[in-house]
Amino acid sequence: MNSVVCIKRVPETAEATLKIAPDGKKLEEENLVFSLNDADNYALEQALLLQEEFDGDVTVISVGPPETDEIIRMALAKGATNAIRIHHDDISKLDASAVASLLAEQIKDLDYDVVFTGAFASDDAFSLVGTMLARKLEIPHITMAIEMKQDDEDEAEISRELEGGLIAKYRIKFPAVITVQTGMNEPRYASILGIKRASQKEVDVVDDPTIPENKVQLEKISYPPEGKKAEILSGTPEETSSRLAEILKQKGII
Amino acid sequence: MNKDIFVVIEHRQERIADVSYELLTKGYQIAEKLGGEVIAVLLADDGDQMAQSLKSYADKVLYIKNEIFKNLHSEYYCDALSSIIGERKPALILFGHTVDSFEVAPALAEQLGIPIISNCVDFDIDGDFVRATVPLYGGKINGEYSFNAENGGIISVIPGAFKVENPQKSGEIEKIEFTFEKEYDDKEFIEFIEAAAGEIDITQAEKIVAIGRGVKDEENIDMIKDFADSIGAVLACSRPIVDAGWLPKERQVGSSGKTVKPKLYIALGISGAFQHISGIKSDTIIAVNKDPNAPIFKVAHYGIVDDMFKVIPALKAKIEEMK
Ligand SMILES: Cc1cc2nc3c(=O)[nH]c(=O)nc-3n(C[C@H](O)[C@H](O)[C@H](O)COP(=O)(O)OP(=O)(O)OC[C@H]3O[C@@H](n4cnc5c(N)ncnc54)[C@H](O)[C@@H]3O)c2cc1C
Ligand SMILES: Nc1ncnc2c1ncn2[C@@H]1O[C@H](COP(=O)(O)O)[C@@H](O)[C@H]1O
Repeated sequence: MNSVVCIKRVPETAEATLKIAPDGKKLEEENLVFSLNDADNYALEQALLLQEEFDGDVTVISVGPPETDEIIRMALAKGATNAIRIHHDDISKLDASAVASLLAEQIKDLDYDVVFTGAFASDDAFSLVGTMLARKLEIPHITMAIEMKQDDEDEAEISRELEGGLIAKYRIKFPAVITVQTGMNEPRYASILGIKRASQKEVDVVDDPTIPENKVQLEKISYPPEGKKAEILSGTPEETSSRLAEILKQKGII
Repeated sequence: MNKDIFVVIEHRQERIADVSYELLTKGYQIAEKLGGEVIAVLLADDGDQMAQSLKSYADKVLYIKNEIFKNLHSEYYCDALSSIIGERKPALILFGHTVDSFEVAPALAEQLGIPIISNCVDFDIDGDFVRATVPLYGGKINGEYSFNAENGGIISVIPGAFKVENPQKSGEIEKIEFTFEKEYDDKEFIEFIEAAAGEIDITQAEKIVAIGRGVKDEENIDMIKDFADSIGAVLACSRPIVDAGWLPKERQVGSSGKTVKPKLYIALGISGAFQHISGIKSDTIIAVNKDPNAPIFKVAHYGIVDDMFKVIPALKAKIEEMK
């Protein structure tokens, strides 16, 4: 049973100070650390679990610049068998439908049963690419998978996680696209041996793909307006905590 | 240029989602500019009552009836919507940015060959151009996106972005018994499963200490738990802590977890994604975060920009002193 996993390279921004580049459309990248998108890590793990159970290939595929090879190698180190990088210098210039087209153009010629994507990318949080990809491949899709149960290679039972933790269970026949929500499994770490082996594996690079026209334009990015803000207590931890303790006492909370 | 605004009504187990009312309200601002109407599009099986409750919010309720709509099936949803949209050509189609719209909206955009901007907090129309604001990088940056809406377009908006006002319309209900030309048997709804109750009900807690990814390591949780115990608070968390298996799902606050309403909510190492914040209803929210630009400081009442592992021991000691 063969799977394809779409993986995206994203910056780790939770703790970083973000600066907007002079073109006003992307971040300054110098001080950013990039990694595999969180949800894609769970998607990859799900493909590797299927491979353990049913054999077959796991192909990882990504649209991005040469630096993307780092996350691709990490996926190979964990056990992916094949890798494709569709070259694009600046993916912030592509809309979701264009990314899905680029992916579909390569995936359609592969021999696959399931295509996994993340449920959302942590940078734009669009939740668009997976479902659009299914449409381009003309196969069914299920989004927000949190559990997958499978007795044979033709179909699976997928639990979608809805608001409030409610689960909606579906049956889906393959080939299909499944978008994976974080928490679906326990992603493995790459072993030293895996990393060594991966360094020798080939990444197929699609050098000069035909870039589809965007329907949606990114006009600019900006810092959010200041707006309402918390009263910030400043000082040493002793000072701030003492002030906070007083506030809590005044309010009768403690 | 087309003029009407379609709002695709989200409902589950016969209850209409709040975001649908939010979109109907926002829809009027846009429709006014265009000189068009706001139309609530309800795909349902047993939807008479829901259609009634939408009447005062819309110029018209388009109730498309078929038993298939009992549960979400994106292909049938898309076929019905495409057919209606093809006939009536609305200027814009609005969805809530919810788990069910992830399933439908992008597929519909592809099926109709029209643009979509998802995950918006605001949008406006200016001539043929739609502009929308999307929070990027966990809310630390805003992106402004646009598309040409000549042939229509889809916008999906984060729940809670707009306030609900009842425009007191008395929209007529147009009921269409829809029949499908195509069958899709490669996907099938089986059942709903409610989230397990678990040991503790954080929705009843008066004080909550919540941890996020900033806690870094499972071993660090004990120290926070001690602090929570010392002030009689219940320990809760953001989603990544549950994903990592460090705390059970029943402790998760947010859109895919629980909505809590304590008197005091202390957020430690939580960035403040909307999916987390939407689960907090509290009069006193305190945030401790290393990053001065963390979005959590926009909803917190008091904030400390520092390392939680320095602040919490000091706070625990201070509170003990005062007892
Ligand atoms: C459909 C859907 C549903 C979701 N449902 C939920 C939900 O129900 N609940 C939920 O929480 N999320 C939910 N999410 C995920 C959500 O989008 C965010 O990814 C998540 O809330 C981020 O968690 P976090 O703030 O703990 O982690 P991060 O965003 O990684 O933030 C960690 C924070 O810790 C700070 N920090 C690091 N070290 C320290 C330190 N030593 N001291 C102080 N601060 C520190 C950092 O500055 C940073 O701000 C959902 C996402 C989707 C797509
Ligand atoms: N540049 C890309 N290369 C490969 N996969 C991608 C890319 N962008 C998005 N994806 C996939 O689509 C999912 C959803 O992304 P998004 O629609 O941007 O939220 C991600 O989790 C990835 O699996």
